[in-house]
Amino acid sequence: MALVEMTDVHKTFPGPRGQTGVEAIRGVDLTVEAGEIVGIVGYSGAGKSTLVRLINALETTTSGSVRIDGREITRLKERELRQVRLGIGMIFQQFNLFGSRTVWGNIAYPLEVAGVAKPERDRRISDLLHFVGLADKAHSHIEELSGGQKQRVGIARALATNPSLLLADEATSALDPETTQEVLALLRRVNRELGITILVITHEMDVVRSLAHRVVVMEAGRIVEEGPVLQVLSDPQQPVTRRFVATIVDDEPDAEALAALHARHTGRFVKLAFRGDEVRQSDVFAELLGHGVRFELVYGGIEEVQGETFGNLTLALDGEPRAVDSAVAAVGALVPTTELPR
Amino acid sequence: MNDSNLTELWPLVWQATYETLYIVAFTLGLGGLFGLLLGLALYVTRRGGLYASRTTYLVLNVVVNFFRPIPFVIFIAAVQPLARVVVGTGIGNPAIIFALTLAATFGISRIVEQNLVTVDPGVIEAARSVGASRARIIRTVVLPEALGPLVLGYTFVFVAIVDMTAVAGVVGGGGLGNFALQYGFRQFDAVVTWTAVLIIVALVQVVQLLGNTVARRVLRR
Repeated sequence: MALVEMTDVHKTFPGPRGQTGVEAIRGVDLTVEAGEIVGIVGYSGAGKSTLVRLINALETTTSGSVRIDGREITRLKERELRQVRLGIGMIFQQFNLFGSRTVWGNIAYPLEVAGVAKPERDRRISDLLHFVGLADKAHSHIEELSGGQKQRVGIARALATNPSLLLADEATSALDPETTQEVLALLRRVNRELGITILVITHEMDVVRSLAHRVVVMEAGRIVEEGPVLQVLSDPQQPVTRRFVATIVDDEPDAEALAALHARHTGRFVKLAFRGDEVRQSDVFAELLGHGVRFELVYGGIEEVQGETFGNLTLALDGEPRAVDSAVAAVGALVPTTELPR
Repeated sequence: MNDSNLTELWPLVWQATYETLYIVAFTLGLGGLFGLLLGLALYVTRRGGLYASRTTYLVLNVVVNFFRPIPFVIFIAAVQPLARVVVGTGIGNPAIIFALTLAATFGISRIVEQNLVTVDPGVIEAARSVGASRARIIRTVVLPEALGPLVLGYTFVFVAIVDMTAVAGVVGGGGLGNFALQYGFRQFDAVVTWTAVLIIVALVQVVQLLGNTVARRVLRR
């Protein structure tokens, strides 16, 4: 059974008196399986934040169904919703820690709400502090912590009541790149070691690439594309998805860059797409050399996604025209190949 | 200077100081409590508040805005009939405490509201996300997070109440203000007037210092 199941969900925020409201979510179907890390990407205003707030019922749906662990939550009373929320952790871009409490007090809060007795509470907080690597900061005040430490407190607080689902709302957007990696590594551990399902909202495709198993792309309150990360990165369908993918994957040079490259390189340009580890680059290059074609790498790059090789390389091929023709055909049999216009 | 009556008036000075402290303490206690409740009510019923209600906020807002700008000396006269009903008399210290408490309640409610709106909504959302009830959030998040500014706000209110007690004489109330007017100003005895002034200044200084210290400790700055 899916952990989260949203069916035809709509959310309209009422406008100021007499005016029409804002349709933030316009018919979303989304399923999240237990154990997954799902990335929700979209530009601001796409509805991502609203969508996750419908999952832990911080916002109420206008219509449609939201099931958490099989239980319909859209018609629950406030008291019952509080129980649902106890089973869903949430972390925030601005951390949203309680400045009036210490690190310890922040992590204690959900446990106090849940009515956990003090000895059990203390044990739990101590475990969590060790898990997030802040055992020495237990009695620090929040303003004494760095951004990365604050988010780790946020994560510890969100995990305090042993939730099965963690919602991360732009959890790394306020952090520098190095700290972002730290926090992402911690979230991976949360998923792997504790088996907690994670839903990350982000506008940073890099976060999706290094963390998520599956990606959901939102635009104007709708899900416009979704699939396994590798698949969406290699073959984005929607313009918005392509724009997001282009922020982390060098697909091919744009017209201007292409013209500049042609000015410096003779010969034909082909783009080779490497997906996964079935075809090795060395085989491709051997093929070219075997045909007596000299080549130069002029654009692109190779990355790791979910432990697989992923990237696009644009090569400038030089040689006797018929040799180049047959080399391109031979390479085309190995990897998807696109000829770029002169 | 040479013909000041201050020496004979010392017992009255202490009596007046005691009355001022007594009136201010009562007002700050009662008005502080009612003002806190009214301020909380304003805060939670605002748009986007924990108990958002346009109508309730509108009504409370109008009530506060109606009473707050009334000059206190007129306010005393205006609520005198009500004082007779509630505290059984329209004159003396009970009447002045009644009027002060009422006026302070409206004034404090605004200060409380203004300090509470500075609490980061994100922090409240975080509390909601772990399943805290609204009443619990007010008690365990909103008030603690705003405690520093609230302490400073109440310190400010203390000074304002001391200021308002000066006109207590209008309905026969006592205190340093009344003393300064009656035995200093009207007797052309500047020494007596200034003695009252200095005591008030000293009182205010001590309380301000206390408020600052407590606020600093709460804010850890």
